[in-house]
Amino acid sequence: MTLHIKQAGVLSLLQDLGRYGHQDVGVTPGGPMDSHAFHWANKLLDNPANSAQIEITMGPFQAHFQAETSFSVCGADVELKLNGISLSPWRSWQAQKGDLLEIGYPSKGLRSYLAVAGGFQVSETLGSASSVVRDQLGGLDQQGHKLSDGDVIPYQSVKRHYTRTVTTQFIPDFNKMIRLGVLPTYQFHEFSHAARRTLFNELYTVTPEMDRMGYRLKGKAIEVKQQNFISEGIVLGAIQIPANGQPIVLMRDRQTIGGYPKIGCICQRDLNLLSQATPGTKIQFFEQDLYQAEAELQQTQQYFFEGE
Amino acid sequence: MKINLVNENSVIIYFSDAVSIETADRIAYACHLLRNGLSTMLSDIVPSYTSILLSCNLRKTGLQGFVLEVKKVLEQIEAHNIETPAAKQITLPVYYGEEVALDHAQISEHAGLSFSEVVKLHTSECYRVFAIGFAPGFAYLGNTPESIKMPRKMTPRTKVPKGSVAIADQQTAVYPRTSPGGWQVIGRTPVNLLDFSQDNLSQFSVGEQVRFEAIDRATFLAMGGEL
Repeated sequence: MTLHIKQAGVLSLLQDLGRYGHQDVGVTPGGPMDSHAFHWANKLLDNPANSAQIEITMGPFQAHFQAETSFSVCGADVELKLNGISLSPWRSWQAQKGDLLEIGYPSKGLRSYLAVAGGFQVSETLGSASSVVRDQLGGLDQQGHKLSDGDVIPYQSVKRHYTRTVTTQFIPDFNKMIRLGVLPTYQFHEFSHAARRTLFNELYTVTPEMDRMGYRLKGKAIEVKQQNFISEGIVLGAIQIPANGQPIVLMRDRQTIGGYPKIGCICQRDLNLLSQATPGTKIQFFEQDLYQAEAELQQTQQYFFEGE
Repeated sequence: MKINLVNENSVIIYFSDAVSIETADRIAYACHLLRNGLSTMLSDIVPSYTSILLSCNLRKTGLQGFVLEVKKVLEQIEAHNIETPAAKQITLPVYYGEEVALDHAQISEHAGLSFSEVVKLHTSECYRVFAIGFAPGFAYLGNTPESIKMPRKMTPRTKVPKGSVAIADQQTAVYPRTSPGGWQVIGRTPVNLLDFSQDNLSQFSVGEQVRFEAIDRATFLAMGGEL
């Protein structure tokens, strides 16, 4: 009862919600870049929220189901086929033994999430299956390697006797221009008025230097005075401003501590949009109220963890 | 002491504006109390030189409730005496050859000293582990001698080789694995600092004392060092 990978594509990784509680010795949490798509892929199948999935970055991806199951694919706009027949993402489907799943190169967005009923059965390292390539942690071989052609991933053959679709309002549009909410925290108030004006008034562009660790952006340089800065803990979405004034947004595989000043954090809701952004995407920042963002995140988690 | 909100589920506590042994001890003690006092509402804790970053599980608590609990725990610190942990000392062999000291020229120029004088100063100090982070087992050591301290690079390197010993301001660190980084590389150690199969992932622990010992190229290679 396995998924047999025929073509793993550019970057396919096993991910659950991440590895928590080890940041004090510098172990990054990892986890899905687009948690919105990840949560929906499990929800469509009534899986526990932390069930392991495959995060497919760019693709193309092809795999055979070696046992009957239900599956779902959420995330980027991709051409999805089962035995050559087109299916839509953001819904669940049934697969029979021997069926071939094909996920094409995305026309919009960057990452797709493939879930099976019951989740992929993978051994955990430090409490998580999440693959962190840089730290050589997690994944199929527990060495953090990305998936490759010929890999065989176990799952239980559980079938859901229904299929479901995500309501249109929850399916994001992956535009070439995105708006990202910034929480005014960390050293926000130590940056000059001019620097803060620059952040909110100028457009920034996603550069090709973007990965699971961080997204380097390009635009008008943000004035930064203090460079001798004491290293401190970094959260998901922190916006570092190095001396060249070009922002770096820290993502799932970020370092746990860093010494660059941070002008704030992107709220977790909007990080999902950034994680689907390709080079050239334009970014408009706006100031986001922290308690409103907290309430939204708490509601989101309550929904996806319902009954757990 | 000051508590600031960071994001939807995190707060940071600043204990001081300056790095010191006393602050490090207060932080180590506070971490111990916070782990016990917050138990399951705590999802992660990241101590550093002068601060502790705390993240909560939003399914167990709201951010405001979490801050109240954190404050309650911190009140205990004032009420207790802080014991200085018995410092363990380790000596780390380092090859300071120019082929691995990627920034030797810049460091020499900045200090106005020959590189052999820089090495002499770097190996003269007894360092202390102030924090572990950035990457698994990446230990922040202080204090690098005043005369060879140097700011980070303007643009970080995308790849710093495994084992690199590097300085930034008054800090010294060893890169346990190849990773991106903005520190000025002064040498390389052949010692493997990280092992996920061990209970203790990292060779370093906070509070430990560390000395660097200069070794030659042949010793570095014999100990398994990679150029």
